[in-house]
Amino acid sequence: MSAYILRRILYAIPILIGVNLITFLLFFVVNSPEDMARMHLGQKRVTTEAIQAWKAEHGYDRPLLYNDAASGLASLTDTIFFQKSVKLFAFQFGSSDDGRDIGYDISQRMWPSLAIAVPVLMVGLAFNISYALFIVFFRATYIDIGSVVLLVAMLSISSLFYIIGGQFLLSKAFHLVPISGYDQGLNAWKFLILPVIVGVIGGIGSGTRWYRSLFLEEIAKDYVRTARAKGLSERFVLFRHVLRNALIPILTGVVVVLPLLFMGSLITESFFGIPGLGSYTIDAISNQDFAIVRSMVFLGAVLYILGLILTDISYTVVDPRVRLQ
Amino acid sequence: MPLIPVILWTDALVLVLLALGLTFALYASRHEHLRDPWRRVVRSRVGVATLVVLMAYALVGLLDTVHLRLKQDARPGVEEARYSPEVLSLLDLALSGLRERQEKTYSAPFATHLFVKEAIDQPDGTVVRDYPRLKYGGAHLENPARQRGWDIAWRSLLGAVKGIIASGLFILGVCWLLARSWGVSLIEARDRILAGKTQVPWRTALMTLAALLVLSSVAAELALQYHVLGTDKVGEDVFYQTLKSVRTGLLIGTLTTLVMLPAALLLGIAAGYFRGWVDDVIQYLYTTLNSIPGVLLIAAVILMLQVYMSNHADSFTSLVERADLRLLFLCLILGVTSWTGLCRLLRGEALKLREIDYVQAAQSLGVGQFSVIARHILPNVMHIVLITLVLDFSGLVLAEAVLSYVNIGVDPTMNSWGNMINSARLELARDPVVWWSLAAAFLFMFTLVLAANLFADVVRDAFDPRLRQASGA
Amino acid sequence: MREKTPWWLLAALALLLSGCGDSTWNDPYPSADATRNTYYSSFAERPKHLDPARSYSANEYAFLAQIYEPPLQYHFLLRPYQLVPLSAAEVPAPRYFDASGAALPDDVAPGEIDRSDYVIRIQPGIRFQPHPAFASDDEGRYLYHAIESSDLAGVNQLADFDQVGTRELTAEDYIYQIKRLAAPWLHSPIAGVMSQHIRGFGELAEALAGLETDGELARIQALREARIQGVQALDRYSFKITVESKYPQFVYWLAMPFFAPLPWEADVFYAQPGMAERNIVLDWYPVGTGPYMLSENNPNLRMALERNPNFHGERYPSEGMPEDAVSGILADAGKPIPFIDRAVYSLEKEDIPRWNKFLQGYYDSSGISSDAFDQAVQIDAQDQPMLTADMRAQGIELLTAVQPSNFYMGFNMLDPVVGGDSQRARLLRRAISIAMDYEEFISIFANGRGLVAQGPIPPGIFGHRDGEAGINPFVYEWRDGRPVRRSLEEARTLMEQAGYPGGVDRESGRGLSINYEAVATGPDDRARLNWIRKQFAKLGIELVIRSTDYNRFQEKIRNGTGQVFMWGWNADYPDPENFLFLLYGPNGKVEHQGENASNYANPEFDRLFDAMKFMEDGPQRQAIVDRMVEIARTDAPWVWGFFPKAFSLHHQWLHNAHPNEMANNTLKYRRLDPQQRAELRREWNEPVLWPIWAIGGLILLLVIPALWMVRRRERSTAL
Repeated sequence: MSAYILRRILYAIPILIGVNLITFLLFFVVNSPEDMARMHLGQKRVTTEAIQAWKAEHGYDRPLLYNDAASGLASLTDTIFFQKSVKLFAFQFGSSDDGRDIGYDISQRMWPSLAIAVPVLMVGLAFNISYALFIVFFRATYIDIGSVVLLVAMLSISSLFYIIGGQFLLSKAFHLVPISGYDQGLNAWKFLILPVIVGVIGGIGSGTRWYRSLFLEEIAKDYVRTARAKGLSERFVLFRHVLRNALIPILTGVVVVLPLLFMGSLITESFFGIPGLGSYTIDAISNQDFAIVRSMVFLGAVLYILGLILTDISYTVVDPRVRLQ
Repeated sequence: MPLIPVILWTDALVLVLLALGLTFALYASRHEHLRDPWRRVVRSRVGVATLVVLMAYALVGLLDTVHLRLKQDARPGVEEARYSPEVLSLLDLALSGLRERQEKTYSAPFATHLFVKEAIDQPDGTVVRDYPRLKYGGAHLENPARQRGWDIAWRSLLGAVKGIIASGLFILGVCWLLARSWGVSLIEARDRILAGKTQVPWRTALMTLAALLVLSSVAAELALQYHVLGTDKVGEDVFYQTLKSVRTGLLIGTLTTLVMLPAALLLGIAAGYFRGWVDDVIQYLYTTLNSIPGVLLIAAVILMLQVYMSNHADSFTSLVERADLRLLFLCLILGVTSWTGLCRLLRGEALKLREIDYVQAAQSLGVGQFSVIARHILPNVMHIVLITLVLDFSGLVLAEAVLSYVNIGVDPTMNSWGNMINSARLELARDPVVWWSLAAAFLFMFTLVLAANLFADVVRDAFDPRLRQASGA
Repeated sequence: MREKTPWWLLAALALLLSGCGDSTWNDPYPSADATRNTYYSSFAERPKHLDPARSYSANEYAFLAQIYEPPLQYHFLLRPYQLVPLSAAEVPAPRYFDASGAALPDDVAPGEIDRSDYVIRIQPGIRFQPHPAFASDDEGRYLYHAIESSDLAGVNQLADFDQVGTRELTAEDYIYQIKRLAAPWLHSPIAGVMSQHIRGFGELAEALAGLETDGELARIQALREARIQGVQALDRYSFKITVESKYPQFVYWLAMPFFAPLPWEADVFYAQPGMAERNIVLDWYPVGTGPYMLSENNPNLRMALERNPNFHGERYPSEGMPEDAVSGILADAGKPIPFIDRAVYSLEKEDIPRWNKFLQGYYDSSGISSDAFDQAVQIDAQDQPMLTADMRAQGIELLTAVQPSNFYMGFNMLDPVVGGDSQRARLLRRAISIAMDYEEFISIFANGRGLVAQGPIPPGIFGHRDGEAGINPFVYEWRDGRPVRRSLEEARTLMEQAGYPGGVDRESGRGLSINYEAVATGPDDRARLNWIRKQFAKLGIELVIRSTDYNRFQEKIRNGTGQVFMWGWNADYPDPENFLFLLYGPNGKVEHQGENASNYANPEFDRLFDAMKFMEDGPQRQAIVDRMVEIARTDAPWVWGFFPKAFSLHHQWLHNAHPNEMANNTLKYRRLDPQQRAELRREWNEPVLWPIWAIGGLILLLVIPALWMVRRRERSTAL
């Protein structure tokens, strides 16, 4: 098992290099270092000298990928790409183009993102599973059909509508929670209610529908029929057999998204003014802060791969028949 | 010629899509294992009802896909025929009334007055601030306050009657055709349909169709004199905008899958079939692409495109072309971010298929690798492609709205539901609220996505109930 | 079918009930702060620079101006804008010298002047805010000037340093800051301008250029030792700045944060190893002498200003315009300022939440976004804006002022079609000027918050003319006592004269098509671009919209590849020179990288500009400005566009929120009534509870039958 994990981690390295190269190419096809300098120096009265100086200071005065002037290995290492990427692998994000330490900012902004994502995941999971069980209990009745129609309808509404509607009703009309904002520590809870409610409601459609089909599939299996034939009550069958066996896909589905919770949600965070990692990425894209974009992509890729590894491990935990080689 | 056709990039792709669809339909009709699931689709009531709704959307989208430029009136001193620089579609021509009747700014649905007060010069030279009359909306009324309600009721009735007549004629035609193919009398056919005793639920299909026809007939009748869904900030008719948005939504939903299809098919099958290093390389490729947050990829590509267009400004002279190219690139990049899922499914299927007897037999008989793939593997994974297409469709339509919010969606000058919602966000903060843009976008988008979702369920069930689990939620 | 409607929602609300006590539920601030003398506002984007040598944008000045004190400031109430001393003892008057160093009288011709000297005397006894950079032990040694990275464990912000100190402000601090402006590694945006004006500035910049690769501390040491020829300390409290030839606008620069004093201790403190990694830098933590100091800087969340305990004290102005005597703005005359203890600025990116929070009383003042406008303001029959009844009922007050800035539509004068000095292009430009109906633009896109521009100079700036004398005769005519836009017929006639009858080029027989360079970012842009296209279509011109991102847009303007574009300018100082230089030939964007984006160059105009810029305000200068404006109107390098009007709202508990478009340091004049605010907030934000009970009831209604059904089904299947 540990050999397997080690190998997976080694596999991750070429992937991360690839991700880094793609990000780098995409970014610099669009933005020249000169654009970045102009963006950071402001708009009024900018001289060419100031731009050159800025580039030199931030290390953007080298060639992008290949240095003609240097010889040997240096022609590859004395480039923006190499100089800026190599430290990422040690998780040293360095400082953003406007001079803030990225590592510190990420460590600060991670918590608000988690504070939203974790409750949304937990509450959503609890609600969706119980609702799906309820539907399955009444399968092939009007409750089932009505619920499915409701779920599909909820699924067909753009997430933007949920956010707009939630803000309008709960904050503007009923004065129940603050419209947007955030605070540190425990004071944050009243800012979290609305985004969490919106997040959960927005996820009911797809979540419950998926669980319903999982349970239905499980219910069609032979052992469930046998159990029922033995005269076990429907409730007992549902909870003891169906739910338990469906836990495997549910669990692995959750595990794969766990690490990505850190990355936050782009839309929710900017609508509710929550200083998490999602809005950090969006701001960096619009401010053309390459250092942050690169760090966030790298972090995202690492977490994604971590999620894949965790999923594999969780398979072996919930199902002893699976062996990792 | 009074007009010259213009074929935009996406138009061409729609034609390709249509051709592919027809080819597939022809192919499927000859092969029982493909025809059977389709038969199951059209035998489901939900299936035919949603199919009718989707067809209606597709019709609007197709009308909007035929682009042309009109000939301009000859001017003295100018010899050559001149065509208007404005690129229009058949839909624009059909709705030219709606398109041209622009007010100054916001007006509510069915309003006869502007939504905001303005300084109005009175005949006696004084200036009063009041809501001015609309230039077009309800302009035929002498005394709007009193007449409007009756006028709307009368026109709705008129529209409904026209719609009922039209759908009656249409239904009659269908009955007659059915009667002929069943070899029974018209009355007998009518009774069968009404009793719901047909294999294909014709009753549901025709009822849906009739409802659609009546609704659109009423809307058309009213739209002649009113802004049915109000007007937006610069006075454009919202109803017109929503109808124009249909094409954008449909294109994003379908072209995205189409443009990613070759890559996903090729790589997915190659990975599963050849295994070994090919598999490793392809897996590496899609894991890497998958690891990059999609928003970043999309933002980068959209920006790149803008750079390209400003460097080649002369090739993109009209706004429509620029917007069109941006839409195409958006589809492309959405495809890149979503092809990995399909690729993985295809790889798994190909892995399974290559172990099956007849494939093994073909291989041992020395049949070339590529003809094995073309003959045996490809036809047997087509249902996966189809299911992915319908399943992804609604998600992509919804994604467009979100991307517009982050400013990396379709061109801001293009009509799309995403753009409408995005601007409506600000309108909601007004007091009194300007709700109609949002409501219109919601209504049309919701209907399409709901129909597509329901249809996708039917298709999936018909083709492969087992695939549910594999493709997730 | 929402049987299981969120039980957790109820739980959350129960928590809410227990946690809130008697404060309002939707209060975004800690309930303990409800009655504190704290001012609440917002910022949309985190400030990029708070270093006074680098900062050059309005959103940064909102903070900087409260913290740093340059020698001069604008008078709070007097109009036209007038400079008064801030940290200086008086407004310095220049003394002129010829090349031999002999003093010249004040009214000498500008050509004879070789240099002008400004002697600035500062008030003694001013002290810097408490700051660890000044902290010293009993023997006067600085506590935090020899820090190793290892000493900084656990330090993440400035407040983590235990000890603080202060020091008296001296003339050297101003000189140090001027030298910083020249330091190439600081990229001060005005380094280029100042090297033309301050004697020895350019030489210093060159001398320092070699140091860019040195360590930070070494650079600061070199900067402290460096000398600049034109800036000298005369004694502890006064210094002299020597300006090349004559430059009357120089005093205006002395009112900008660029010239605020900066202590070298702060620079050394921040330059130590390990500080930058912790974001403890001058760009984030300013060190000033002003009424406030930045006590919290979390640009992801909020920024807070705290009253500076070392503030030297200032009194509320007792002199104002005649109308100020009745408006109550002088009620606090002579009282010591600042009034407010603390100011909290929260990050607020979206307009809608910000506006709603203002209405709920959680922000004390607010601008009005275009979409909230109708809700807030109506225009009365006399075309005067007034608040809607709802707003008045809430006790909200409205303030308006024309901003010293403009939004114009420029033609690229280097372009062969729309640009150039040919009569044909000139007529085309004038025709477009008539067709662009800016009255409609203002009413649709700015809710009438703007004044159509008749020329480059906004009202309130010397050289602007009102009434009939001020109209642009090529676009307007004077009828019934007001300017009326010339008819489209006239514009079409101009097109014909230009050789484009009906928008068709007579020579080639092809339709005229013009490129418009746009920066399209949002939904509003779509409507605006459509509107502009319609304007050009009136003349039969096809407008091709080339929309792109801001970088690309700037690049096009820099390379001169665009044809028509919209741009604006925000005045640095209230002088016509600051607007007319946007049309000055040697300031051309493409050739000289200046701010003349349309690359307009007219020798006559340039000659007059050279004369005008040295003159004192007066009839003679007015005559020259008039002539220049006339030339520009004739050539029409811009469609003059409009001057935006700033509308701002504030609640009844905020006093002295007088609009002053030049001064940024107005927080110190404002006064709050926190008690009244707390009461009104409570009144306005009474939570509406029935939806909770309704949802609760609904859940009961759905759950009970559901349970019953479960049980029934259980029994039936068990059988």
